[in-house]
Amino acid sequence: MASTQLHGASVGDRIYRFTTTAFALSIPLLLVLLAIEVVVAAWPALKAFHLGFLTSSEWDAVNGVFGAAPAIYGTLVSSLLALLIATPLAIGVAIFLSEFAPPWLRQPVAFLVDLLAAIPSVVYGLWGIFVLVPFLREHVMPFLADRLHLGDTPLFSGPAYGPSMLAAGLILAIMVLPYISSVTREVLMAVPRSQREAALALGATRWEMIWGAVLPYASSGVMGGVILGLGRALGETMAVTMVIGNRHEISSSLFAPGYTMASVIANEFSEATNDMHLSALMAVGAVLLAITLVVNIIARWLVWRVERRGQA
Amino acid sequence: MTDQSPVTRAGNATGVPQVGAVAVENFSFWYGAKQALFDISLNLVPREVTALIGPSGCGKSTFLRSINRMHDLLPGTRSTGRILLDGEDVLDRRLDVVQLRQRIGMVFQRSNPFPKSIYDNVAWGPRLNRRPSRSELDEIVEQALRRAALWDEVKDRLRTSALGLSGGQQQRLCIARALANEPEVLLLDEPASALDPIATQRIEELLWELKKELTIVIVTHNLQQAGRVSDRTAFFYLGQLIEYGPTDQLFTAPREERTEAYITGRFG
Ligand SMILES: Nc1ncnc2c1ncn2[C@@H]1O[C@H](COP(=O)(O)OP(=O)(O)OP(=O)(O)O)[C@@H](O)[C@H]1O
Ligand SMILES: [Mg+2]
Repeated sequence: MASTQLHGASVGDRIYRFTTTAFALSIPLLLVLLAIEVVVAAWPALKAFHLGFLTSSEWDAVNGVFGAAPAIYGTLVSSLLALLIATPLAIGVAIFLSEFAPPWLRQPVAFLVDLLAAIPSVVYGLWGIFVLVPFLREHVMPFLADRLHLGDTPLFSGPAYGPSMLAAGLILAIMVLPYISSVTREVLMAVPRSQREAALALGATRWEMIWGAVLPYASSGVMGGVILGLGRALGETMAVTMVIGNRHEISSSLFAPGYTMASVIANEFSEATNDMHLSALMAVGAVLLAITLVVNIIARWLVWRVERRGQA
Repeated sequence: MTDQSPVTRAGNATGVPQVGAVAVENFSFWYGAKQALFDISLNLVPREVTALIGPSGCGKSTFLRSINRMHDLLPGTRSTGRILLDGEDVLDRRLDVVQLRQRIGMVFQRSNPFPKSIYDNVAWGPRLNRRPSRSELDEIVEQALRRAALWDEVKDRLRTSALGLSGGQQQRLCIARALANEPEVLLLDEPASALDPIATQRIEELLWELKKELTIVIVTHNLQQAGRVSDRTAFFYLGQLIEYGPTDQLFTAPREERTEAYITGRFG
């Protein structure tokens, strides 16, 4: 009787193991299938335009000519702009929360910052249209162009319509801030006490300890957080589509409207009538997928490096 | 005041020789409601090594860390009594704790080099505190590494990561890093407990050299080690200082029964 029980347990065990393994395997499998689907669907466009698909600025659905350069450019520039704005802020927030905030303040503030990540992106978009864009048009853009006399520099030239690369960068900055700051907070807290004590015992003030020992120790993890934020920014669709102006043009000015890969797909999918147009949109998707995958892999690797060093 | 004595080497701005004498008077310490040290009084003598021994949890580390105020960042701690460094009360809240910690170097049980180059590790303290020129810094780093008996082993790879050194080398690097600040007092909390016998012996020899210029306090669980390296030994038990005296006397003819019980291995 004991042996049948044992037998029963091991069969249950095996079924359990089989199902969990199957579930676990299905996720990477899904990813691979998805990637294959996208590339297959993108193939006609990629074959027709070769490298020109990545470098040409002409996107003319009527004549069947597709160059995605403005969208690729817009995605990269709006995301980098977002990082430029969000990174210092997020690191500041993380340092405050992990090093300076009194314990009773830590949880609530961390929660509120994390909550930024939970706001639906269409709500950010609405806020962008009705608050951010008018504010930029009436105050920020005139201030930058006229008051600071930056209007003649390529970055801030041209008319201030409102919907612009700048608006997209700002809204993305707010959206990626919680990601960067929560990863940074985690890696800062993972810095061993012995490192902090080493710095203090050498006569460092609290700030010197943070700048000279804690941040350098955590630097590649912070870098991982930044790249995770970048991954988020690259793929963000709704909010950006609502504020970036949606124009297939590359302009050096942040005041000018632009486009992103995600926005192109979202805007044009429903009206894509011919096969080449559809395939071109799929190709945009493939490029976007490739970029985000690479970015995320780099981020994971950086964070993993810090954690491994923390244990050593 | 002559210059022959090594301890006057680091004269401070006022020209008063700093000798690194530490006088502890009726010092008690609490972690929250838990009292960890009871009414400790002892004098740490310059150019001597003082060993702190006693069973685990008796307060050796707590005592050591009080001397350079490492408890400052720990909420809920408090203390009474005085710890005088060259006549100045280190527990005085008005005292600049940053300066204090430059005068009192500390080495921890587990070596904790920064994940930076060997050079940058040693230069870390001086860069903070003195802003030396390039060549001055090179000189300081070399001196500190020489004093820590590490120079010959690392002089060809100063720019490589400190994490590539062996455990014993890392610990000597931490000593060099502390020495680069030119401290008067060096506190070591079980510096050799994670090292093999040969690395341990090198640290012990090093202490013999360093005590010519410094006041050294070392916590150790290894009684043979205390016997080998120290001039005086303090025996702690349950937060109390039971006996303090010259090392040979404490080991051969302890005055207290509990001391004798401990050193003969009857408890702890
Ligand atoms: N951060 C802390 N908070 C509360 N109690 C503490 C703290 N650190 C140490 N203690 C307590 O204070 C007492 C003395 O600890 P201490 O670390 O000074 O002992 P020790 O002699 O160094 O021991 P060991 O030989 O194990 O290192 C112990 O009872 C310990 O539990
Ligand atoms: Mg201890």
